Amino acid sequence: MAAAVRISLLVLLLLGPGGWGQAEPPRDSLREELVITPLPSGDVAATFQFRTRWESGGGQPWGQGVSHYRLFPKALGQLISKYSLRELHLSLTQGFWRTRYWGTPFLQAPSGAELWAWFQDTVTDVDESWKELSNVLSGIFCASLNFIDSTNTVTPTASFKPLGLANGTDHSFLRYAVLPREVVCTENLTPWKKLLPCSSKAGLSVLLKADRLFHTSYHSQAVHIRPVCRNAHCTSVSWELRQTLSVVFDAFVTGQGKKDWSLFRMFSRTLTEPCPLASESRVYVDITSYGQDNETLEVYPPPLTTYQDVILGSRKTYAVYDLLDAAVVSNSRSLNVQLKWKRPPENGYIHYQPAQDRMQPHLLEMLIQLPANSVTKVSIQFERALLKWTEYTPDPNHGFYVSPSVLSALVPSVVAAKPADWEESPLFNSLFPVSDSSSYFVRLYTEPLLVSLPTPDFSMPYNVVCLTCTVVAVCYGSFYNLLTRTFQIEEPRKGGLARRLANLIRRARGVPLL
Amino acid sequence: MVDTYFLSQGLTTLAGLLLLPFSSLAASQIEDQAEQFFRSGHTNNWAVLVCTSRFWFNYRHVANTLSVYRSVKRLGIPDSHIVLMLADDMACNPRNPKPATVYSHKNMELNVYGDDVEVDYRSYEVTVENFLRVLTGRIPSSTPRSKRLLSDDRSNILIYMTGHGGNGFLKFQDSEEITNIELADAFEQMWQKRRYNELLFIIDTCQGASMYERFYSPNIMALASSQVGEDSLSHQPDPAVGVHLMDRYTFYVLEFLEEINPASQTNMNDLFQVCPKSLCVSTPGHRTDLFQRDPKNVLITDFFGSVRKVEITTETISLQPDSGVTESSYKKDQMVEELMEPLKYAEQLPVAQIIHQKPKLKDWHPPGGFILGLWALIIMVFFKTYGIKHMKFIF
Repeated sequence: MAAAVRISLLVLLLLGPGGWGQAEPPRDSLREELVITPLPSGDVAATFQFRTRWESGGGQPWGQGVSHYRLFPKALGQLISKYSLRELHLSLTQGFWRTRYWGTPFLQAPSGAELWAWFQDTVTDVDESWKELSNVLSGIFCASLNFIDSTNTVTPTASFKPLGLANGTDHSFLRYAVLPREVVCTENLTPWKKLLPCSSKAGLSVLLKADRLFHTSYHSQAVHIRPVCRNAHCTSVSWELRQTLSVVFDAFVTGQGKKDWSLFRMFSRTLTEPCPLASESRVYVDITSYGQDNETLEVYPPPLTTYQDVILGSRKTYAVYDLLDAAVVSNSRSLNVQLKWKRPPENGYIHYQPAQDRMQPHLLEMLIQLPANSVTKVSIQFERALLKWTEYTPDPNHGFYVSPSVLSALVPSVVAAKPADWEESPLFNSLFPVSDSSSYFVRLYTEPLLVSLPTPDFSMPYNVVCLTCTVVAVCYGSFYNLLTRTFQIEEPRKGGLARRLANLIRRARGVPLL
Repeated sequence: MVDTYFLSQGLTTLAGLLLLPFSSLAASQIEDQAEQFFRSGHTNNWAVLVCTSRFWFNYRHVANTLSVYRSVKRLGIPDSHIVLMLADDMACNPRNPKPATVYSHKNMELNVYGDDVEVDYRSYEVTVENFLRVLTGRIPSSTPRSKRLLSDDRSNILIYMTGHGGNGFLKFQDSEEITNIELADAFEQMWQKRRYNELLFIIDTCQGASMYERFYSPNIMALASSQVGEDSLSHQPDPAVGVHLMDRYTFYVLEFLEEINPASQTNMNDLFQVCPKSLCVSTPGHRTDLFQRDPKNVLITDFFGSVRKVEITTETISLQPDSGVTESSYKKDQMVEELMEPLKYAEQLPVAQIIHQKPKLKDWHPPGGFILGLWALIIMVFFKTYGIKHMKFIF
């Protein structure tokens, strides 16, 4: 938003002349990061993350107190306080992450729009707040989120635990909805970019050009708001806003079949300067080399530092380009990446809530134990019901969407991971909190299902009316005539010459006379 | 006698000489008032731009609406004062060879979708009901601000509609229509509630002139791309995109508007002549009988641009840092926080907890309606058959 840019300029002016007092209040901070991951199929994935931490809204009860907006966008800050939100996660996605070809993503989102939120325990009517929240968000992000209502909202009981600080997890304060038919386009990207402190003028956000970002196999943009620990002892709370954008550039469509990638080829722009409001601005390139393919990744310009860590269960090496360090324009090349993971056996749990027509959808949650080296299929039988004729969309032959399924898994990792300190480690390593160091958490989504329901012929009412009216007119009309028509005998008239001539001819023919 | 006559003559001439400056003053005042009357009395501008067609082969209707959106934004109306309704998504359509673009000229000369577009009503939200609610202001309270037409009695509103139409109706998304009578009644509601100062209605459909035939509220000027019985034709196809990019009338309107800048003095008479029959094939029409001012005194920027009253000052203003306020509040927060216990994050997949939890049952409500009636019937029949005195055999 323009307001954010103006406020950021005001902040820059204030920093110049005066200084803060001795006890400096914690300032909002911005960290931005771009991770470029070459994928096994020759495509390349780019993940942007912009994390704004809001220090002025902390303390218990959350959301109250002083509301100073320096880097944190006012539109979202007011949402948090008005609807007493504890967490908000909204994602808009086009395409599907092909895990078989591309590997495990950092953060996947379902096709369409997904919105889930945790409300605080002070909220009395959660459904009312949920409905108003989705309407306000539809205005902010120019998406049709106002179509979220009780027919596509569920209250999961086991998945979707809070991703931020939690004070008890009563699932009645959680709401989850997916709109699989939602389209993502520039009109959703524009307000998303305006929430960033530097908008799209400086730093990593200059790369966010719509005509390149939408020419991709997978495009997912998300907004995540949650409370996080302000310090290592976790005695105080601050709000964290993460804006993530993941795209996968197709090797054949955008890359013309070549596996050489550069920032200019991907985004048609290069990085020039960091965002002056950012405390950290980095580009990470995955340069893990693999013995099987005998292919090593070469990165130009040569990185000054590298970063090695266990990411999603395997050790990876990343080349780091710090924009705040020196003005460097970075290029990157492609490489094959392979990931393997195993699932530990667990006991089972099933929760099923059948649907009620026009009130709530089906909800099925299962905790399953899978045998090793096997394929498990889960199938559900369904019947196609008839809809009322006003419930059909203007293009019913397209079909109706069934929301994608969610798969949450704890995967044992080959290498033990140390619990990460969220301030020291990069952003992509602190998406999910790690409590048990022998496994990592991952959340995957399936494709949405497009079901073609039998579409009535909408011209039939007209045909039926015409046919029925004709039949009624013919039958009833005939009866009516028979019942109400009276027959009168007409006196034969004395004929003229013409009549006598005609009678003559008639007598000759043998036909009755006039 | 003669002296008094000459004296009276002198007095009248003196009086005449004195009256002359007063009369010239009065004449200039009348001139000012006359000028005020011919200048519009609006203080803000709004635009409602509607594309009513769905499906890829109606790409040109989305391009029409976006080209008017682009002109209106360029001439100064901000996004907060524009309600843009697009019934289908062409830019990110899987059939679009250049995603995130909508072109108006062939060979991809002009991308009217741009990088800074905000669509307020899209896809299934573009319905006759939502359109009429936006116009009349009878909107549910949960609607966000960007989806409302918050005009007042000093607003000039531009309404542009395009799609497929016929004699007296305009088709919305292939499933419903709006008639010219409904539209006229909606405008009358707007007039009764003083939701506009002046209204310019432009429509680019087949037989578009039929849509403005029934207007009866004052201060409405209407333009249409074709008369009753004529079809509006499309302009040119693009071989790369594969569909027609624009309609003829809006194409020439766009070319005309590209010449306009916010300080332009071009008036409405030029807009009426923008597309002669040789270029448009159909005959564009217009209606000005309900409009109070003469069209030659109405500027294009009265409707397509935005009124801004700017006062320039040369004095400098110094900004004071307000560190005192934040310091005290921070100290207060710090004291409160240090008393709290350390918090922790929730476990993402607590298997043991999930397995042992009981799913909450919904509250039990006594049966009502049909089930209640059925049970009452069964009980009544039972008692009728067996009688009350036989109850002792059961209990």
